[in-house]
Amino acid sequence: MRTTIPIGPYHPLLEEPELFRVVVEGERIVDIDWRTSWNHRGIEKIAESKTYEQALFLVERICGICSTSHPIAFCNAVEDLADIEIPDRAKYIRTIVAELERIHSHLLWLGLAGHYIGYHTVWMWAWRYREPICELFEIISGNRQSYAMMKIGGVRQDIKEETIPIIMKTINELEPKIHMFADAILDDPVMLARLRNVGKLSKEDAINWCTVGPVARSAGVDIDIRRDYPYASYDRVEWKVITQVDGDVLAVAVVRLLEILESIKIIRQCLEKMPPGPLQVEVPEIPVGEGIGVEEAPRGECFHYVQSDGTNCPYRLKIRAPSYVNIPCFRSRFIGERISDILLILASVDPCYCCTNRTIKIDNGKVKSTMTDKDLLELSWKETEQLREHYKGYPGGGLLE
Amino acid sequence: MSDNHKLTDMSRWGLKKSPWAFHLSTGSCNNCDIELLDALTPRFDVERFGILLVGSPRHADILFVTGIVTVQALPRLIHVYNQIAKPCLVIALGTCACTGGIFDGSYHQIGPVDKIIPVDVYIPGCPPKPEAIISGVVKALAKI
Ligand code: SF4
Repeated sequence: MRTTIPIGPYHPLLEEPELFRVVVEGERIVDIDWRTSWNHRGIEKIAESKTYEQALFLVERICGICSTSHPIAFCNAVEDLADIEIPDRAKYIRTIVAELERIHSHLLWLGLAGHYIGYHTVWMWAWRYREPICELFEIISGNRQSYAMMKIGGVRQDIKEETIPIIMKTINELEPKIHMFADAILDDPVMLARLRNVGKLSKEDAINWCTVGPVARSAGVDIDIRRDYPYASYDRVEWKVITQVDGDVLAVAVVRLLEILESIKIIRQCLEKMPPGPLQVEVPEIPVGEGIGVEEAPRGECFHYVQSDGTNCPYRLKIRAPSYVNIPCFRSRFIGERISDILLILASVDPCYCCTNRTIKIDNGKVKSTMTDKDLLELSWKETEQLREHYKGYPGGGLLE
Repeated sequence: MSDNHKLTDMSRWGLKKSPWAFHLSTGSCNNCDIELLDALTPRFDVERFGILLVGSPRHADILFVTGIVTVQALPRLIHVYNQIAKPCLVIALGTCACTGGIFDGSYHQIGPVDKIIPVDVYIPGCPPKPEAIISGVVKALAKI
């Protein structure tokens, strides 16, 4: 007998709203469907009413965890459009900030993965180690998250001489802890039993479902934007792309853990090699045209497309975030697995639902693909009106007026 | 605290000790949610004061709302608010929840939160630091 289990939209384990409909036969999963958009904020549309400088703060708030990946991708796109070459020091600073972010994001993921399998020690542990990184961000940029470090044509703030030893000290202290953490997880028979051979993704599937980032690398697909389309200063430092072959949850965890160590290596080299010099170049008038920017976010390739009509606001901004690309592979990972592994496999992709929210309008059974500002507003008004009707009698519903 | 939920001595006593919180994201960027979780982890560790994130609104004394309240999240916000045992405290966490922040004017926005449900404490910041969140909770408790 088939049963549908809904997970979400507000589930105690998930921080963000999303809905998975899991169809099971007994203990086994036979199908999965996915709904989202409780978080849709219309960022692409809002960006059209902001100047390039303002849009930078907006794309920073697409997702809180990748709050430097999106700005870098956006800067890359605008710099590609306007043909701007940023100064060397800015390139190194971008690399350092992006790698610090990767460390904090991967640690955050490890903690959440522990939380999902009910192993709260791992959660507390990982987040404890993440805290010094957040403090570093506070020292560098003044904010623990959403650092506002990027600027078109360079970076907004310098990494000062006196901060460099603090960064060095923090990452030096972090490194043995990560080693210890990796050993502890990989030696733990309970963890191994829980993670190994769960949610397997074969290399063919990883390619066919177009996965990116650590998910693809854990299945043996050797891709990394940092190496394949170098931006910032990744082509000037020594590091390697981590891949695994198994494609299960354990492999994803191993990829992420080893990537933290690679990030530490990159930061160390960048701090040593960082040349003195200006932080930004003069930004010329943005010409008519289009630009593409890519960045390897902690979750995979982050892609921004900017179209300009010669004014100081982007004419069109298109964002393709890594989670949106990675989530469809659930269909191949889930089917045949057990109910108890659902959340773990969900977590393995490290999906960030803020990046994945879209909206479509269906008119007489046809999807309407082009919508103007007016259409969108009317749609929103209509929906609010309906909700108002619906919630008339409810306490709190009257407050909608 | 909205007027229709008058506090009795009993409920005041009940609310003040180890308040349990439910967290609802209604169109946030994730950062506020992470900082809220961060307040629970070892550095800040609010669990020592008995503050706990619970899985069901029916168990909660405090409702943390983050995000701009999107059209799609609105019905859920109202449902969750109605499920919480009154009196309860509602805390708008982050600039988004307080005013709409950078997303103000979006076609998918209905909020800010205080347009929909009564809010007791506003914690601005994008995202607010865990210290700010803790101080917000303290202020909320002082109101009781
Ligand atoms: S207030 Fe800022 S950090 Fe918080 S959800 Fe809104 S945009 Fe994100």
